[in-house]
Amino acid sequence: MQIDLIEEARRQAQICNACRYCESYCSVFPALHANRSFADGDIVQLANLCHNCRGCYYACQYTAPHEFDLNLPRALAEVRQDSWKDFAWPKGFGALFDRAGVAIATALVLGFALIFALAQALRPETGDGFYAYMSHSLMVAIFAPAFLAPLFAMSVSLRRYWHSVGGGRVKLADIWAACRSAGRMKNLEGGHGDGCNFEDEDRFSQARRHFHQATLYGFLLCFASTTSGTVLHYGFGLEAPYGFLSLPKLLGVPGGLLLCVGTAGLAWLKTKADPELGAKSAWGGEMAFILLLFAVSATGLLLYAATGTAAVAVLLPLHLGTVLAFFLLTPYSKMAHGFYRMAALTRDSARHTA
Amino acid sequence: MSDNPDIVVIGGGNAALCAAITAAERGARVLILEGAPKAYRGGNSRHTRNFRCMHQGPLGPLVESYSEDEYFEDLIKVTGGKTDEGLARMVIRSSEECLPWMEAHGVRFQPSLSGTLSLARTNAFFLGGGKGLVNAYYRTAEALGVEVKYDAQVTHLEVDDGQVVRVEYHQNDLDFALSPKSVVVASGGFQADTDWLARAWGPAAKNFLIRGTPYNRGVVLADLLDQGVEQVGDPTQCHAVAIDGRAPKFDGGIVTRLDCVPFSIVVNKHGERFYDEGEDVWPKRYAIWGRLIANQPDQIGYVVIDAKSIELFMPSVFPPIEAPTIEALAEKMGLPPAALRQTVDGFNAACGDTSAFHPTELDGVATKGLNPPKTNWARPITDPPFYGYSLKTGVTFTYLGLKVDERAQCSIGNRPVTNLWAAGETMAGSILGQGYLAGFGMTIGTVFGRIAGQEAAAHAN
Ligand SMILES: Cc1cc2nc3c(=O)[nH]c(=O)nc-3n(C[C@H](O)[C@H](O)[C@H](O)COP(=O)(O)OP(=O)(O)OC[C@H]3O[C@@H](n4cnc5c(N)ncnc54)[C@H](O)[C@@H]3O)c2cc1C
Ligand code: SF4
Ligand code: SF4
Repeated sequence: MQIDLIEEARRQAQICNACRYCESYCSVFPALHANRSFADGDIVQLANLCHNCRGCYYACQYTAPHEFDLNLPRALAEVRQDSWKDFAWPKGFGALFDRAGVAIATALVLGFALIFALAQALRPETGDGFYAYMSHSLMVAIFAPAFLAPLFAMSVSLRRYWHSVGGGRVKLADIWAACRSAGRMKNLEGGHGDGCNFEDEDRFSQARRHFHQATLYGFLLCFASTTSGTVLHYGFGLEAPYGFLSLPKLLGVPGGLLLCVGTAGLAWLKTKADPELGAKSAWGGEMAFILLLFAVSATGLLLYAATGTAAVAVLLPLHLGTVLAFFLLTPYSKMAHGFYRMAALTRDSARHTA
Repeated sequence: MSDNPDIVVIGGGNAALCAAITAAERGARVLILEGAPKAYRGGNSRHTRNFRCMHQGPLGPLVESYSEDEYFEDLIKVTGGKTDEGLARMVIRSSEECLPWMEAHGVRFQPSLSGTLSLARTNAFFLGGGKGLVNAYYRTAEALGVEVKYDAQVTHLEVDDGQVVRVEYHQNDLDFALSPKSVVVASGGFQADTDWLARAWGPAAKNFLIRGTPYNRGVVLADLLDQGVEQVGDPTQCHAVAIDGRAPKFDGGIVTRLDCVPFSIVVNKHGERFYDEGEDVWPKRYAIWGRLIANQPDQIGYVVIDAKSIELFMPSVFPPIEAPTIEALAEKMGLPPAALRQTVDGFNAACGDTSAFHPTELDGVATKGLNPPKTNWARPITDPPFYGYSLKTGVTFTYLGLKVDERAQCSIGNRPVTNLWAAGETMAGSILGQGYLAGFGMTIGTVFGRIAGQEAAAHAN
């Protein structure tokens, strides 16, 4: 881990600890004020508790040109980003965080779309709906490992994280507390319920919270949709295509719409926000990730709308290509934040219950 | 509109903003002239953390109740009676309605900060501190159509026949003049003008640090006093506390405070003690030490503590100087090692039974036969590593100001200046003759800012 980044965050944390004016904005400050000095692991934990709402920047009397030069959102973002790179597994893959995200995402999407086009060369003789283009067994053969391998990589990273921040035995109650906090995006309220500062300097708004909420729940609905499809397939022998009133569609269509709206909104907000208050090297990668997620949902919806038409031949590989890129990049992209954030909230809850 | 506003408000801190918002809500066209650039807008108000508020029952973040009489008694204790009772009680009574007004205009509160539980009943803390408050007020003011000019330093108010006829200001190397119907002065004290401080206090003041904004130089205050506008408050006095000697010359704010004095010995540059460090609990002694340090050679003091006390006080912005022996610590702090050794040895020898030591109460653990004594928390300084901080005098505000009546109006002789009102630090001397009560500065600014805004608007409409 880059020691100068930790050192800078530590310097700022010490100033905040003497000040405490931002105590109620988020869970970073109570955790910070519980310490007198900060070990490297403490700083990493604080960094992963911060969600870059910027409340503490705009309210700070010590930001540049003041010589104390406070910019806690950026200092923590830099450490956070660096910690994810460091915890990434297999070693070396962490560098992916830094590479121009747009390029990676585009390459992956196109590359995999191509592979899928090839897969069509092996087009099944029979089959309904998608399966007319690609057999179920081929999809499973590709996606099962593409789903499980990144999860495994992620679990290795999380273990490393947990160890580095001095987490003890994981308790269910703490995980539950973390889920509740994340589910409501409690920290994005800004401590007063007016939301956070993001897109318009010190104005508080709920925009980021709402778009993120749409993204999160949209994603979960889509995930549930796929899961329900798998259950129907293997459990009940009911195969796709499913009708509009089936479980996969009832979950998937609203999920896809929410995800589209949420990611489009987040991308738009990101163009408005001051890049100086985040990890600048991560900006491109984060944007690429949001757009990738948008592409996943948009192509999914288009694919559904195109049911029965010839466009499916193009849309199916495109959609599956984005999904595949998304899965594979999970441990090395902004998607990882979800896992680290849950871990950080769990660790923070343990601080209270300890 | 800046050619011809109804009201010019001078200053961009809490008092100015409360006045501007109130006047704009009454339909006046208001221009704020803030001498600081946008990044430093908000004067000393951006360094504050809370305001003191009377309340008859739980109110917002405040618990229990805090009556007018109790509030007034607290004030009398710190001012030693140098208080205008009528104005003070008016401010206290009005403070209760300030809290909901502040919330309605964008200010958000938080529970009392960790480490300040003793204030949970009397003081309402701003979420994000004073800069959060100032930001919210600027948003509110701008939404009401108030125009704000930054980097706009007012240089002169032309007072003619009991009325301000012209406001002159300087911006981007150009001079401008305006003739508004009403003027509100809310441009703070003069503490950032160290030459003025040195004239008032003596040359020692050159070594003082200024805890707040470098922009409160008292230009408008001096200009008005020169023209015979009534003054109030002791011109030679300032409120000063002891802060970390490594703090910047200006704007170090809250983080430079040091709370370790009660657990320490404090010496001057010759390595000699000069006052009872354990006289009382720290919040009560906080202000005395500014003065004590100011009277030492070179206006500097040095705190020495040992390992057993390092966790007993709030952390401060700079880590302490650390050394394995007293001599090495003296060396690092530029003190004569032998003299410090002798002082520490003498102190240690005078310490007695320390079993009753209690960090947050007057524990009576005192030295015997030592001059000056340490009357509480006197534990020998023996456990390495040893820690030290330098202490300098940090000026919070000055007392000299414009005398106002209960309508915030200024006067010359006993004739009111018909279109001039003052609010905040610049008139606080009208109420607070000496001492300071935590959170009262923002209360005065809010109450008088609102009154000044109301009166100025009534005059302009
Ligand atoms: C570190 C610190 C902490 C404090 N904490 C608290 C606290 O917690 N609670 C509390 O009640 N009080 C506190 N105080 C005191 C408090 O800051 C003041 O009482 C209060 O801010 C005064 O408000 P004001 O609007 O009168 O002045 P300020 O907020 O100082 O505003 C004065 C404004 O006038 C402008 N100005 C000056 N000269 C000119 C000119 N010539 N032309 C144009 N503009 C000019 C300045 O730029 C500034 O914007 C603290 C003070 C300090 C230094
Ligand atoms: S960010 Fe600034 S205002 Fe907030 S706690 Fe830290 S130093 Fe204080
Ligand atoms: S940016 Fe927001 S979440 Fe991060 S420390 Fe500041 S207030 Fe907390």
